[in-house]
This record gives sequence, C-alpha cells and structure tokens, in this order.
Amino acid sequence: MSFINYSSREINCKIVFYGPGLCGKTTNLQWIYKKTNPDSKGKMISLATETERTLFFDFLPLALGEIRGFKTRFHLYTVPGQVFYDASRKLILKGVDGVVFVADSQIERMEANIESVENLRINLAEQGYDLDKVPYIIQYNKRDLPNVVPVQEMRRALNPRGLPDFEACAVDGNGVFDTLKAIAKLVIMELKKGQ
Amino acid sequence: MLGSDLVMYEEEFKLIDAELQRLLAQANAKVVFLVDKNGQLIAATGETENLDTTSLASLTAGNIAATGGMAKLLGEKEFSILFHEGARDNIHISIISQRVILVVIFDQRSSLGLVRLRVKKSADVLAGIFNQLLEKVETGKTTGKADSPFAEITDEDIDKLFG
Repeated sequence: MSFINYSSREINCKIVFYGPGLCGKTTNLQWIYKKTNPDSKGKMISLATETERTLFFDFLPLALGEIRGFKTRFHLYTVPGQVFYDASRKLILKGVDGVVFVADSQIERMEANIESVENLRINLAEQGYDLDKVPYIIQYNKRDLPNVVPVQEMRRALNPRGLPDFEACAVDGNGVFDTLKAIAKLVIMELKKGQ
Repeated sequence: MLGSDLVMYEEEFKLIDAELQRLLAQANAKVVFLVDKNGQLIAATGETENLDTTSLASLTAGNIAATGGMAKLLGEKEFSILFHEGARDNIHISIISQRVILVVIFDQRSSLGLVRLRVKKSADVLAGIFNQLLEKVETGKTTGKADSPFAEITDEDIDKLFG
C-alpha cells in the first residue's frame, strides 16, 4: 500500500523480499545497501538473532530520485525465512506493494522453495492480496554454486506464469540491482494503473 | 489497486502538523510523530534533527504489528497503547482510528500521566482529520479528480531513477 504525500511531494512504496531460510534475502539488501550512494539510503536495520538469522525483519529505506516532481522512496523489507517464524512473516506482508521471491538454486533446497511460495500465497491471501495480482518477480539466487538446479527446471517449478525472473549471486551482487529495478518498475506501473 | 493507498494532501497535512505541535507543547514532549500502520512516516515534530525518524517509523509499525499479533492470540482486538520506559527517554505509542500510530517521546520534563491525558485529546482531533482525509480520497476516486503523479509516467522516467 503506497503512501502518496502531495504535501511533501513524496511517494513511498513497500517491497518485501520473501523466500526460504538462508536463501539470501538479507544478502540482497546488504548488497543494495553497500552499493547505494550514502545520500540515497537510510540506515539498514536488521532484527536478527545472535547467529545473524533474521528474527523479525530487515529494513532498508531507499530514495531513488524523482518522478514527475515526486520524490520516490522504496522501503525494502525481508521476512524471516525459517518455517517457525510464520506469524512474523504475515505481519511484514501488511501493506506490501511488490514481492521479490528469492529462490535458493541448490538442489536440496528446491522443496523448501516450493513450500515457501505456497506459504507466500497463503499469507498474502490472509492479508487480502492475491499472489497472481501483486507485482511479483522471482530471483534464482546462488547460481555460482556447483549443485544448482537448471534454470529451466526452476522456472517450471516456481514460475509457471512466466513472470520476470533473474539469475543472481547476491554475495557478489550479480543480478541484485536487475531484480530491484524490475520490481520497482512493476510497482510503479501498478500505481499508474490504479490511479 | 491493492487495498486503499494512503494519500496526504496539503490541507490535511497542515492540520495534522499543527495538532502534533500542539500536543508536543502541551505534553512537554521531546518528539511527536505519526506513522502509518505499514511503517510510513506521515509527520514529525520536535527535536528530530538527530533522530532517524524513518527507521523509528518502521520499527514502531513492526512493534505495533507484533503486539497486534499477540492481541489476536489472546482474543483481543488490539492493544491500543504501548509504553516503553527508559533511563532517560520514554516512548508512548497509541493507535488512532485503527490505522495510524501516534508516538510521543518524552523525558523527565513530562510524565506518563500528562502524556496520556494530552494524547487522548489529540487522538480525537487526529481521528477527525483522518476521516476527512479518507472522505476526500474517496471523493477524488469517484470523480476522477485526483491529480495523479503517475498518470503520465513512462518507462524512461523509471529507468532514470536508477541512473
């Protein structure tokens, strides 16, 4: 749910990075944080456990510049990926404008990916959203590892509708900004449609 | 469109800002700010220069969301007031019209009793302003009057955002 402020001429949108535990959601945000001009970003907040597993969410505010005289801000959130944090995951999805699903490309994580997409669909529905209607893209992360599932196969399992998808290696930043740009575009286009 | 977006106009923003400033003065507070339940900062007043209000807004919304989750589990609709006591500063958080969150930060120059009293009064005023705002947004939608910044947007505009 975007926030359009005609008084300060600002638009704020919320993007959530979803996916199974250890798929690289936080790593995506860390890369974006590292590579963004200090003037365009706020502090990155991570509510994590002592072992650096996301406990509640990561939060990164990004100011991308102006569109037609309106300052455009994206608030990026990650959810905790571990299965038992489901109650927290639901809360983060409140008011979401766009979702990035970060899939773990390793063979042994395929089941977790599929389970997580299903979980996303259910949790979105609980908030009154339909996954088939929300701006949504998919990132196949960890493509640099040796034991990965071929992209075609991942597509069949996770992206049957042929939505925009990207191969990535978030630790090196490959595909991270392509993913961000694509979801930002979809979110803004959706706003345009809605007006 | 997904749900109803929050829209703020100049007129209501001024009213909200004035009310927050009044509350700041009457409650002897350090900072007063208003956040959407989704974590978007709506307005802030007081000693905000060295304060990361964007992060505070997001964490406040997370806090309210988590507390709301707890309320649900207990069969409560919501816990409408939260209070955090620190060694120096305290935070009083309350939900207004089930949609926005009013946050008051205060120190020993004020007291919880005073803050609660003043917040209660301001809550009614703010609720009124938000009702007015929602009506305006609805009317704008039906008459198609809303002067949208997105109407003329192009792919090129979006590409420019990323340099």
